[in-house]
Amino acid sequence: MSVAQLVKSFTLWEFVKAHALTLKYFFKPKATINYPFEKNPLSPRFRGEHALRRYPNGEERCIACKLCEAVCPAQAITIEAEPRDDGSRRTTRYDIDMTKCIFCGFCQEACPVDAIVEGPNFEYATETREELLYDKAKLLANGDKWERAIAANLEADAPYR
Amino acid sequence: MIHTIAFYLFAVLLIASAMLVIMSRNPVHSVLWLILAFFNAAGLMVLVGAEFIAMLLVIVYVGAVAVLFLFVVMMLDIDFAELRAGFMKNAPLGVLIAVVLFVELFVGLVIHGAGELQLGAADGTAATIEGRSNIESIGALLYGEYLFLFEAAGLILLVAMIGAIVLTHRERTDTRGQKVARQVARRPEEATVNVKPEIGKGVSL
Amino acid sequence: MTAFFQSLGMNYEWAWFIATICGILLIALPLMLAVAMIIYVDRKVWAAINLRRGPNVVGPFGLLQSFADGLKVFLQETIVPSAANKGIFLLAPIVTFTVALGAWAVIPFDAGVVLADINVGLLYILAISSLSVYGVVMAGWASNSKYPFFSAMRASAQMISYEVSIGFILICVVLWAGTFNLTEIVNAQKGHGLGFVNGYFFNILLFPMWVMFFISSLAETQRVPFDLTEAESELVAGYQTEYSSMSFALFWLGEYANILLMCSLNTILFFGGWLPPIDWAPLYYVPGIIWFLLKTFFFFFMFSWVMATVPRYRYDQLMRLGWKIFLPISLLFVVLVSGWLMFTRYA
Repeated sequence: MSVAQLVKSFTLWEFVKAHALTLKYFFKPKATINYPFEKNPLSPRFRGEHALRRYPNGEERCIACKLCEAVCPAQAITIEAEPRDDGSRRTTRYDIDMTKCIFCGFCQEACPVDAIVEGPNFEYATETREELLYDKAKLLANGDKWERAIAANLEADAPYR
Repeated sequence: MIHTIAFYLFAVLLIASAMLVIMSRNPVHSVLWLILAFFNAAGLMVLVGAEFIAMLLVIVYVGAVAVLFLFVVMMLDIDFAELRAGFMKNAPLGVLIAVVLFVELFVGLVIHGAGELQLGAADGTAATIEGRSNIESIGALLYGEYLFLFEAAGLILLVAMIGAIVLTHRERTDTRGQKVARQVARRPEEATVNVKPEIGKGVSL
Repeated sequence: MTAFFQSLGMNYEWAWFIATICGILLIALPLMLAVAMIIYVDRKVWAAINLRRGPNVVGPFGLLQSFADGLKVFLQETIVPSAANKGIFLLAPIVTFTVALGAWAVIPFDAGVVLADINVGLLYILAISSLSVYGVVMAGWASNSKYPFFSAMRASAQMISYEVSIGFILICVVLWAGTFNLTEIVNAQKGHGLGFVNGYFFNILLFPMWVMFFISSLAETQRVPFDLTEAESELVAGYQTEYSSMSFALFWLGEYANILLMCSLNTILFFGGWLPPIDWAPLYYVPGIIWFLLKTFFFFFMFSWVMATVPRYRYDQLMRLGWKIFLPISLLFVVLVSGWLMFTRYA
């Protein structure tokens, strides 16, 4: 061991250097954002909470083709359909088990009428498991609530499709 | 008055915990009671003004010796039934020793009460010296009057320590230990090389 | 304070008794508050070095975070494992907490501001800190669970090992100050370095002792890099694994009270306690307790700083550092210091 090394090890040189480095980081601006008050920008393609959309006249888009149910790799979607009084084919039941969903986005890719989409919302934590078993009413309510953001996202992403 | 209350508190706790040391069924509890006994003894010593000894008692006995006791006792797998089986066989001897100890204590107390025995320094002066702290008095005695005895005791302890190490130490040749100094002394420059080999030539190390 | 209560018409013993109780409360309650705030500081410093923000939601700047945590813990259910040794299991956190508070009796916060100004103050602190291992050992054994037990064994071996070298380091300081009384140790540091710096820190023979004392105090309080007793990757949470609710909180409070104690010991023994850093008259207008708290806080910052910088030691490395490096070096310095003092002071 050379003299320089001996001096270094007895003066704890490497520890001193390490602490100088961490002290430098102590004064650096913080990398984290102030989460509930600040949020990171999201891509228009962000796949968050599901929503069932409506046409501008209030008619629901879903035509019960069951393509989403078929494509869902986690088998999270359950659909039952019947003709409505006016003869159009509509779902009587549209359930998504959010505890099964893997957020792959295949359902929105498969949908021919852009009815089921994954919106930008990711803050839907619940206190019970049952609240995560979404039914049609909940999904339609989501669609009504997030329609503007979803429409803007779809429009922003349209040129790349 | 507080002095008296403190004395009786410490004394009662000391005797009670000393009783519990031998009466508790769980050896770990025994050691913990022993620690409480040590602690109360230290409190009594503080009361009579021997704070240095009290602190030493706590540091050495409670802080080090009893921890090791506790350590050993906790790790032992003691069969209580087997322990109790030999009790009656050894009881007469135990009682005999207890009687001898008690008689010695009694005789000592009687003699002390009769004023035959001088407690304190060898030349009969009182142990505490006015205007001098405990530590100074003990230091003056240990390093002045009893220097050679003290050093001899130290040497005996050293010999015992070395003896214990020599007796129990064995050189293991079948294991490869870590040589920390060598690892620390190793520099990146000695251990690694940065080469740029030509394609198809490979590297010779 | 005894005199004040005597003036209220009490006899000496009662006045002394009430004054002591008041003194204990005056130390213990602010100490608990300080511990709560220091946990917050710890988390903030650690976060800042990791480029995070740390607690910032509860109260202004998150200042009330520790109180929120305390409330949460207080409202939890106390769970005693059915296989645990109940008495000792519940006694262990109480022992830890009591012992952590007990040592503060001899800490001088300012000239004369000390609960018990005893002659063997430093020995008292050594004695009390050697007791703090019992809380851990009792908790580990009484939990009747293997990880707490491993943790307890590690803790006791670690604390005994580092207490040895801490003892020798303290002997160096005691030799130089010529007393075991903490107040007088601080007074002896007045103008020690070059005639104008207060503190043993600037003494060439004692500076290495301070470095070792600082590292040993990290080991003694089981802080990173020596937190092997609660190494979560190998021992879950160490001796605290089976604890919940208030018994867990008592461990937590005791641990941080011990850390603060070690910080204040660093201040008192090497950085001149309540004296201002430089022996210059205008600085003495600042109350001594402010200097004391500032210095203690600085050391706590260093504790957090080390925690955010250094990775955890392996157990054999820890033992090697304690027995093969610190012990011989501190012994050598005892010889050097006493030799130097023999030549200069007593020759």
